[in-house]
Amino acid sequence: MTRNVSQPNIEATLDVLGLHKSFGKLDVLKGVSLNAHQGDVVSMIGSSGSGKSTFLRCINLLELPTKGEIKLHGEALKFKAGSDSLLPTDKKQVQRFRAQLGMVFQSFNLWQHMTVLENVIEGPIHVLGINKQEARERAENILNRVGLWEKCDQYPSFLSGGQQQRAAIARALAMEPKVMLFDEPTSALDPELVGEVLKVIRGLAEEGRTMIMVTHEMKFARDVSTEVVYLHEGKVEERGPPSKVFGDPESDRCRAFVQSVH
Amino acid sequence: MQWYWLPEFMPRFIEGLWVTVQLLGLSIFFGMLLAIPLGLVQVTGPRPLSWLARGFCTVIRGTPLLIQLWLIYYGLGSLFPSVPWIRESALWPVLREAFPYAVLAFSISVAGYEGEIMRGAFRGVPKGELEAARALGMSPFKVLHRVWLPRALQNVFPTLTGEFILTLKAVPLASTITIFDVYGVGAIVRQETYRIYEPLLFVGLIYLLLTLALVLVFRYFENKIPKRA
Repeated sequence: MTRNVSQPNIEATLDVLGLHKSFGKLDVLKGVSLNAHQGDVVSMIGSSGSGKSTFLRCINLLELPTKGEIKLHGEALKFKAGSDSLLPTDKKQVQRFRAQLGMVFQSFNLWQHMTVLENVIEGPIHVLGINKQEARERAENILNRVGLWEKCDQYPSFLSGGQQQRAAIARALAMEPKVMLFDEPTSALDPELVGEVLKVIRGLAEEGRTMIMVTHEMKFARDVSTEVVYLHEGKVEERGPPSKVFGDPESDRCRAFVQSVH
Repeated sequence: MQWYWLPEFMPRFIEGLWVTVQLLGLSIFFGMLLAIPLGLVQVTGPRPLSWLARGFCTVIRGTPLLIQLWLIYYGLGSLFPSVPWIRESALWPVLREAFPYAVLAFSISVAGYEGEIMRGAFRGVPKGELEAARALGMSPFKVLHRVWLPRALQNVFPTLTGEFILTLKAVPLASTITIFDVYGVGAIVRQETYRIYEPLLFVGLIYLLLTLALVLVFRYFENKIPKRA
């Protein structure tokens, strides 16, 4: 994929600076930075426990970082120091940020008491304040794109894992987020269902969405990413275009990792 | 068996039925209104509130409803008349009746039992679904209102149906504080006709029908809940 990897003169869509996170005495993130410009697809790879999921969850404050800065379109999240982590000072700002960061979880996390359609229109109606008619039209569009419109009146528990994850992607997309965050979106899926989800994500990458993706799908990361970040024990060990990280990494550890999972 | 008294007392039974239904409906309504926060603070904290809620549930569930009812009726009910501003308030005509004390006692009882059930219900909602709601930008209240509470209620709906049926069967206790619910009317029949079994059977039949009606109403709502595939 030919896309500009670094555009230092243009304001980044998402800018994360020196993120630290500790759980008690355990330092999970030790100063991880990342910036994504419009249309960037950043894949984060690394062995389990390297902190990549925690990093993603810190971006929309599902985990509170202990140190660092998070900027969306140049606007920094406001924090004050707390006893064991940073605390956001402006709750409305946090909600606004979250609404612009579309999160897709490993375990889908669809709301089981709502149909697929209700899941997708919930955010637009109750967070963005869009009227029901418009939200439905938006949902129809998106569900058609992920191939689930005919399932719109089903409850999540009746769907396969792949269908649930596509519905969850639709739910995130319906908010028209600035950045999509994928937290190991295919890790909970049976192998034969991985393809249909990756196809949807690939489609999003190709239409130029800004995305941060934590993944174990190396081949996929290599195909769609504009940048790959290899995390090891809470630090960025290697970063760069996929051709470099997968083909010719500077770090031996990174080389061993990408070879072991290929 | 002799049923000659039935036509004469029918109007009073209908009044009693209405009293029973009102007592049950109001107690469930106010009881659940209390049970939801009682269950919630036990899951979310803060600690002191959570202990308070747990203590409340333990005391209410650990003491007989009859004693609670009498303490409230004879306790509060005899305390209020000695307070001048209560006697002079517009609420006095209501507070003079036994009915509000019964509603209060039954509501507190429902709150105690159902608060405990709601605690489990709130805890049982998968964390991921709440995270998804927060990640979408919902305020804590919206997460509760749109996801947490409906999911929790859905999980315990069949349990609550059973609980409310038990509450229905506790309502005759109200007759001990001068309220003529269905059972109270049955007792009048006994006193005035010296017939013992027939009024008891009749009252039992009414409760059976009420239970069936309650089950039907709740089944209607339960069927709206999606089942697991």
